[in-house]
Amino acid sequence: MTHTVAAETRTGRPVTFGILRRLPEHLAIWVPLLLSAGHLVSFALWTVWISFTPSTLVPVSGWVGLRNYTAVMATRNWQIAFDNLLLFGCGFVLLSLLTGLLLAVLLDQRIRGENVLRSIFLYPIALSFVVTGTVWSWLLNPGLGIQKLVNDIGWTSFRFDWLIDRDMAIWTIVIAAVWQSSGFAMALFLAGLRSVDADLIKAAQIDGAGPIRMYRRVILPTLWPITVTVVVIQLQFAITTFDLVRALTGGGPGLATQLPALVVYDLMFQRGLLARGAAAAVLMLLILLAVLLPYAGWRYLQRRQAAHA
Amino acid sequence: MSALSIRDVHKRFGPSEVLKGVSLEMGSGDFTVLVGPSGCGKSTLLNIIAGLERQSSGSVEIGGRTVDDIAPKDRDIAMVFQSYALYPSMTVRQNITFGMECRNVPRAQREAAVSEVVRLLQIEALLDRKPAQLSGGQRQRVAMGRALVRNPLLFLFDEPLSNLDAQLRAEMRMEIKQLHQRLGSTIVYVTHDQIEAMTLATRIAVMREGVVQQFADPETVYNRPANLFVARFMGAPPMNTLPARLEASPSGSVAVIGHGEGEIRLPVPVEVKGWIGREVVLGIRPECITEPTRHFGHAPDAVLTIAASVEMTEPTGAETIVVLRLGSERALGRVSADLRPRVNEMARFAIDTRKINLFDPATGDRIVS
Repeated sequence: MTHTVAAETRTGRPVTFGILRRLPEHLAIWVPLLLSAGHLVSFALWTVWISFTPSTLVPVSGWVGLRNYTAVMATRNWQIAFDNLLLFGCGFVLLSLLTGLLLAVLLDQRIRGENVLRSIFLYPIALSFVVTGTVWSWLLNPGLGIQKLVNDIGWTSFRFDWLIDRDMAIWTIVIAAVWQSSGFAMALFLAGLRSVDADLIKAAQIDGAGPIRMYRRVILPTLWPITVTVVVIQLQFAITTFDLVRALTGGGPGLATQLPALVVYDLMFQRGLLARGAAAAVLMLLILLAVLLPYAGWRYLQRRQAAHA
Repeated sequence: MSALSIRDVHKRFGPSEVLKGVSLEMGSGDFTVLVGPSGCGKSTLLNIIAGLERQSSGSVEIGGRTVDDIAPKDRDIAMVFQSYALYPSMTVRQNITFGMECRNVPRAQREAAVSEVVRLLQIEALLDRKPAQLSGGQRQRVAMGRALVRNPLLFLFDEPLSNLDAQLRAEMRMEIKQLHQRLGSTIVYVTHDQIEAMTLATRIAVMREGVVQQFADPETVYNRPANLFVARFMGAPPMNTLPARLEASPSGSVAVIGHGEGEIRLPVPVEVKGWIGREVVLGIRPECITEPTRHFGHAPDAVLTIAASVEMTEPTGAETIVVLRLGSERALGRVSADLRPRVNEMARFAIDTRKINLFDPATGDRIVS
């Protein structure tokens, strides 16, 4: 008896009928969700498993412990990629943060044509990284792009050849990535600036804060939750960067712009070292988790604090 | 010298005119409350006084100085906001001293000013906390501390108690009143709550659609409202406004409500010669209709006892609100809490005829003799 009661909705109709009626919605939501989640999780687990096997060109079973990991980490290729990642990650995140913030603050001055400018700054996000990389590879090519333009104008001693400079090439990746994604940071910051309590600004006006002090002491401190979000999103992008580098420098000159994702690709598909590549991929996943787990913890604390307040 | 004078201030936002020629004079030490329904322009007027918005025309003087071209920070004012507007990243101490920091006041002087204000408001224990760690009432206190520490010519309060619960609101209301009495400061206070206006103000400006309806002391606004809008806006429950016609009688003018057998004749306290024989709107406060044993001050001859049928009673605890029929019109009366007149029966009520107001039905304006 209790079963029938539990199986009926409040309107008195059996639950099964409700599910049947909403079948299209359930199919549309759950099938793709389960498929993609299944893909993601199963391939991640498969990669982890492969990284502990002696696989080379084709997957084979077996157990070699951490041998693949120690081997990958001992290669110069990986060490350079890791150093580059640190440099690129920090440079890219900091610069896109600052550029985005600066653009947002400038756009926030209630200027004319704000909508047009906002669209222009946001536009690069709509491009594929391959396009960005290719276009910047032309722009930065000394014999083709900016350097040639300035030289042709008449400043013949001008040099801007970072693309072929081993020490500076990594910064060309930073430039292209910042160009592509600072509009995104700007959009988030602008939303944050616009949601600052108007009374807060009025109070600071009456207190006599000038524009600089107003931003530094009153407005920008309210933006730091957004800053954390931007940093995390940009960092995870930085860690997984592949297509941009592939199109812009191909990892060169030499190994100057090598990044972990390129190492994985190189090991797996060019040298046929499936297990080593998998180990490198798992290492990337660990770096990613090192960023995302603290962020998740921070969000959890924030929400708990908000619930208590 | 008036502490604040507002002369013919207009404010337009595109085609809509929010303030239509507001003029107000406030003396030093006045507690002026701007009250009105939302959208009446009271907050806009406050922002114009503060310099946060610019009027379309007209001028504002603070302490005898025209401030139309002076920035908010140089107007010698302090403001308390409805949302408190405490700087979230600063401690209570920093919140209070931020204004002095902007004005480069020496540190020792800042500390002295802070300690005086926190003692006055009893928030010493909160100095090193952030606003997020404070309760609503504490935030309100800090916001007031931030205003007080400046010791300005003029305090501006923008609905400061609206975000507090009823009990805390009553408490803070008393505290604000005490502070005003102690410090003798000049205050302009915006609210939509007519009880706050009545309890706090020394002068009330009732506003509606950008026009000041009446600017007077609370007693005048309450007992002799300038028009029907003020009569109905101030007081809860509001003033009864009933159609009546004026007739002459040997003892003076009489207002007649209803026709024939059930008509009620009330002597009118004012001389209204020109209105004899014409329709008027009669205004009488619910507390002026009460049980026959009640004494209204010491004016026994002004009391008229009538019989009226009771439609409904609403016991509120402190008193009983009675819905009754005056003539054929419905009116509210207030009787003692322990009285429960029987519904649908006749009962006797005393009416305080001294406080009857008459209004012109065409314009809504109060009829004066």
